[in-house]
Amino acid sequence: MPILENYLTKVNKSSIAFLVIEYYSCADNPVKWPEKLERTEENMAGTSDPARPRWMAGVMPYKEMGYWKPDYVPEDSDIIAAFRITPQDGVEPDEAAAAVAGESSTATWTVVWTDRLTAHDNYQAKAYKVIPVPNSSPPSWIAYIAYKHDLFEEGSIANLTSSIIGNVFGFKALKALRLEDMHIPREYIKTFQGPPHGIITEREVVNKYGRPLLGATTKPKLGLSPRNYGRVVYEALRGGLDFVKDDENINSQNFNRWRDRYLYCMEAVHRAEEVTGETKGHYLNVTAATMEDMYERAEFAKELGSVIIMIDLTIGFTAMTSMSHWARANGLILHLHRAGYATYARQKNHGVNFRVLSKWCRLLGVDHIHSGTVVGKLEGDPNAIQGYYNTLREDKVAANAVQGIYFEQDWAHMPGVMPVASGGIHAGQMHQLLHYLGEDVVLQFGGGTIGHPMGVAAGATANRVAVEAMIQARNEGRDYYKEGPDILKKASKTCSPLASALEVWGDITFDFESTDVPDVLELPTPVS
Amino acid sequence: MPTGLKITQGTFSYLPDLSDDEIRAQIQYGIDNGWAVAIEYTDDPHPRNSYWDMWGMPMFDLEDAAGGMHEVTRCREAFSNQYIKVSLYNPKLTKQTIALQFIVNRPNHEPGFRLVRQEGADRTIRYSMEPYAAIQPHGDRYAD
Repeated sequence: MPILENYLTKVNKSSIAFLVIEYYSCADNPVKWPEKLERTEENMAGTSDPARPRWMAGVMPYKEMGYWKPDYVPEDSDIIAAFRITPQDGVEPDEAAAAVAGESSTATWTVVWTDRLTAHDNYQAKAYKVIPVPNSSPPSWIAYIAYKHDLFEEGSIANLTSSIIGNVFGFKALKALRLEDMHIPREYIKTFQGPPHGIITEREVVNKYGRPLLGATTKPKLGLSPRNYGRVVYEALRGGLDFVKDDENINSQNFNRWRDRYLYCMEAVHRAEEVTGETKGHYLNVTAATMEDMYERAEFAKELGSVIIMIDLTIGFTAMTSMSHWARANGLILHLHRAGYATYARQKNHGVNFRVLSKWCRLLGVDHIHSGTVVGKLEGDPNAIQGYYNTLREDKVAANAVQGIYFEQDWAHMPGVMPVASGGIHAGQMHQLLHYLGEDVVLQFGGGTIGHPMGVAAGATANRVAVEAMIQARNEGRDYYKEGPDILKKASKTCSPLASALEVWGDITFDFESTDVPDVLELPTPVS
Repeated sequence: MPTGLKITQGTFSYLPDLSDDEIRAQIQYGIDNGWAVAIEYTDDPHPRNSYWDMWGMPMFDLEDAAGGMHEVTRCREAFSNQYIKVSLYNPKLTKQTIALQFIVNRPNHEPGFRLVRQEGADRTIRYSMEPYAAIQPHGDRYAD
């Protein structure tokens, strides 16, 4: 391997170029300056090796190919990504950052002369800053990379993600890579229409204002026949919930075909509207194997008078976007269940942070998205979750280290997405839920409704009374977070279902340490 | 004693009826947030009846909830046996919608709704719903 060793002494052993062994072990000639080439500024641009011109065939460090620009000042129209990079031992962080910039934009592993047919300076992503993460082991850095918006097709999250997370996450030179946040410029935002309806229009459609909306997922999530399934829907809606929901994995199995389920669920919805005088909804899950199947199911939901349908994240970004356009054109609210997201969003060192997924989903356009509960059974640090909620709902979001938000974000008046809190929450936590999550949220009490000892409708009533009592107290200026248990106790004096709920579930919480805490916090934030 | 089927539109419909003091506190919350106060009444409580009749124009410049409560009282005197609701309206950019809405008066008897099913092919059903009261002409509904 003398040729390889010769090369390594030139390019610095800490470079990731040493991983490209296959190429150099079969090269005929060592790299050297061509005798007839002048040492002009252009031929020397970027290269640290006096023996090597910029455009000479072969491998050179990414940072010398133009992907590391510490002096670069991002433009307002750039898309900026913050990556958490954990390089392999011996790989310098700036070279690792440059490699990510290169592979997520124009580069391949070796110099190509065809770059010179382009305005490559424009199309190359530029890593411009790496900041060490304190106390990280193995050592990791936050790398900031800027991309010209020319690199991405208008209105296509599929295209955006094919670049930004397309190849780089399997890069050998990195132990791990995580996309922590992205700044989306107005130029790119304006190529999307966003949520089919958004929070404001949804509230006007269902005619409910100034309080969290209430929902529940039908349980057991699998096994109920369509007729029995509709019974749960009816009881929960007539008791006081606004929505009931199909779970992510009920699509059209042999015990519960979609068409039958839709018929019974819509009977339940209309019966509940009759006995309450309110607009009610059931998220009919249209997730299916093909777009044609999904459109067929969505059309049937519309025909039966549903105000809302549902999709799973597993259908993919393009299918989600298509259903978003369908939902806008047909006037149905679109609920997204983030099925599968934790496979890549949960671990701190590798994957895609949920705040980035939230941005993509707001752009491609859903009206609801599951975003964490703080106090429930599923993963999530309280501050990070508040960051997700702000990202989904607000028009202007400031950078906020405590919430893990790296960039300010201006949504250019794109409607907000209603976050959904679901999983292990109950009426006794209402003060905490309102405190952490605010009022523009759907609180979904599945077990907390259906598991109520007096029945499903009573469980629903307990939740509705609890939320209305808490909103009343908050608006009256009371310290509802501190006085929450007293407020609930007082409300339960005229509502025996609430008294019963408080008795059964009391102050049950799921207080496990989060696996993903923003770096500025030394310890996971306890929920109290 | 009210009878019939209590319509649960609006926030606070699941709580005991708000007292005047409690209504005033909610109006004050809206004023403190810079929201306008609107009072509307109807004898057609269909959930998609978006346009209840306005009790005057929304009050954009109220400084004290007493003014809002005064209008609630006057509206109650004029339409004691109809539905009356208070809406607090947020005109701020990116909101421009109702921020809170709650019922402050109801008819003594709420007959509820009739659900009509029009059976179609393949077990499909088209549903429609109408308030029993709306079968009568305006003026004859919710008569004492």
